Amino acid sequence: MADPALDIRDLRKSFGALRATDGVTLDLRPGEIHALIGPNGAGKSTLIAQIAGGLRPDSGSVRLFGRDVTALGAPARARLGLARSFQISSLAGEFSALRNVMLAIQARAGSSFRFLRPTQGDRRLTEPAMAALARVGLADRAAVPAALLSHGERRRLELALALAMEPKLFLLDEPMAGLGAEGSRELTGFLSELRREAPILLVEHDMDAVFALADRISVLEAGRVIASGSPAEIRADAGARRAYLGDSS
Amino acid sequence: MKSLISASPREAAANLAILALLILGPWAALSAGHPFYVTLATKAAILALAATGLHLALGLGGLVSFGHAAFFGLGGYAAGILATHAGSGEALIFGWAGSREILLMICAAMGLALLAALPIGAISLRTSGVYFLMITLAFAQMIYYFALSWPAYGGDDGLSFRRGIFPGLNSARPLPFFWICLGALLIGLAIFQILRASRFGTALEATRQNPQRVEALGIEPFGLRLTAFALSAMMVGAAGALFANLNRFASPSMLSWQMSGELIMLILLGGRGRLLGPTAGALLFVAMEHVLGGWTERWQFFLGLAVLGVAVFARGGFLGLIAGGRRDG
Repeated sequence: MADPALDIRDLRKSFGALRATDGVTLDLRPGEIHALIGPNGAGKSTLIAQIAGGLRPDSGSVRLFGRDVTALGAPARARLGLARSFQISSLAGEFSALRNVMLAIQARAGSSFRFLRPTQGDRRLTEPAMAALARVGLADRAAVPAALLSHGERRRLELALALAMEPKLFLLDEPMAGLGAEGSRELTGFLSELRREAPILLVEHDMDAVFALADRISVLEAGRVIASGSPAEIRADAGARRAYLGDSS
Repeated sequence: MKSLISASPREAAANLAILALLILGPWAALSAGHPFYVTLATKAAILALAATGLHLALGLGGLVSFGHAAFFGLGGYAAGILATHAGSGEALIFGWAGSREILLMICAAMGLALLAALPIGAISLRTSGVYFLMITLAFAQMIYYFALSWPAYGGDDGLSFRRGIFPGLNSARPLPFFWICLGALLIGLAIFQILRASRFGTALEATRQNPQRVEALGIEPFGLRLTAFALSAMMVGAAGALFANLNRFASPSMLSWQMSGELIMLILLGGRGRLLGPTAGALLFVAMEHVLGGWTERWQFFLGLAVLGVAVFARGGFLGLIAGGRRDG
């Protein structure tokens, strides 16, 4: 069997006496959507930071596509094919939507040390960037500075940045946050298509979306995975019900 | 040139007015028999070049260095040392006795600034914010005290020398020397604008706005910042060489922390983030120094008021005030 896209083994991270990540083991297989759910304070953000590379675990390992990346920082992991989106949109606010995506394209090309040619009008950047914007429905907002986009548009721009990286793995941190019912439905359809391009580790509070999309669900509580399995298995699991229903009701 | 025009109609008009003032002012002053104003404009052009250099790090990269006087002063001493050796005939290095060529002085100044900026940047860029500010200040102070206590090149007396020469221009006269400095400023502005529009500039500006996002895209901010810091230091070093040539004197005060603060002030006064912001700041500074300085010795009180006013009421600086909101694409 092929290596899992992401393989986390016995990951531990404490802040003082708080065990934010307490022996988490989980993986993400090619072609699947693996949803990570759990109440606020369960340690989801800490776990994501350790997967993306912003935070070093105290012990345990993170492997991407069979390669141990535990000691690598966020940029190196991104270059290996991990694209993350942020829970709170994290963009270059002064740049237009297009220029944000163009930055992602040049990052993928590894060409940030070119000093002479202007990026404006450089079709090797603008064309793939416009294509990514079109996929998330932002083509007509390309020229608007990211800071002036609406909340929903900023969420979609986050996604366009991830798409533009042409990653081998998506790490999506609450992509539905604040989208409303209509936006969530739209995005659910989009993500179910996206899984064909690369597997998705989806952290999400919207249980409708999670149960509609996920091939597997893991429930995080107090830094541990208390249940992991198919949506049907999770629905039947008493501990899982308590953990996520307490939060999403 | 395109960016001068496409910025926004009002900013374009302001830019053209600033450049026209800088180019035509000295010429008109000389025709009217006031050569002193040429020297004043030369000083403004040199300070504008230095501030534009700092602007590469501070404006594009968000790196508020409080130690760029180090590079300004090193540039000045590079010019002074080359000129002194050329004057005395005493060998400087490998039997070479220095040079009086201004172009060579500028190259030496940029080389020396680069040599200093790489280790200083490599260490101080491990930190950010106020720590970065303090560490760059500490390095600059080290170089300042070193210069003060090194008698071979004047110690606290500084280093006097004859102004260098330039191919095809009589640089000893005010107006030709002004053209040299203005040319250097225009080249510096062009470099700033080209870098800003490039992939490097895009990534650098993104690290200022959101380093976390840049890292998530797979770009290491450190290399971008160090490159920006080094390029910035080189431009400031070139300005330092010209400044010493203008005064015929490389002074330890070029290395002092007041100089670092002055460069930051020029940027804030003129308008951070705009191509001609530092230039506008330098013109304002020199004008205030001349006009208010002729009226009271405590003219810097009014400079302080101006900076305070900008900080409180006009964050876009002078250019922001007259050109309106900023537009980034």
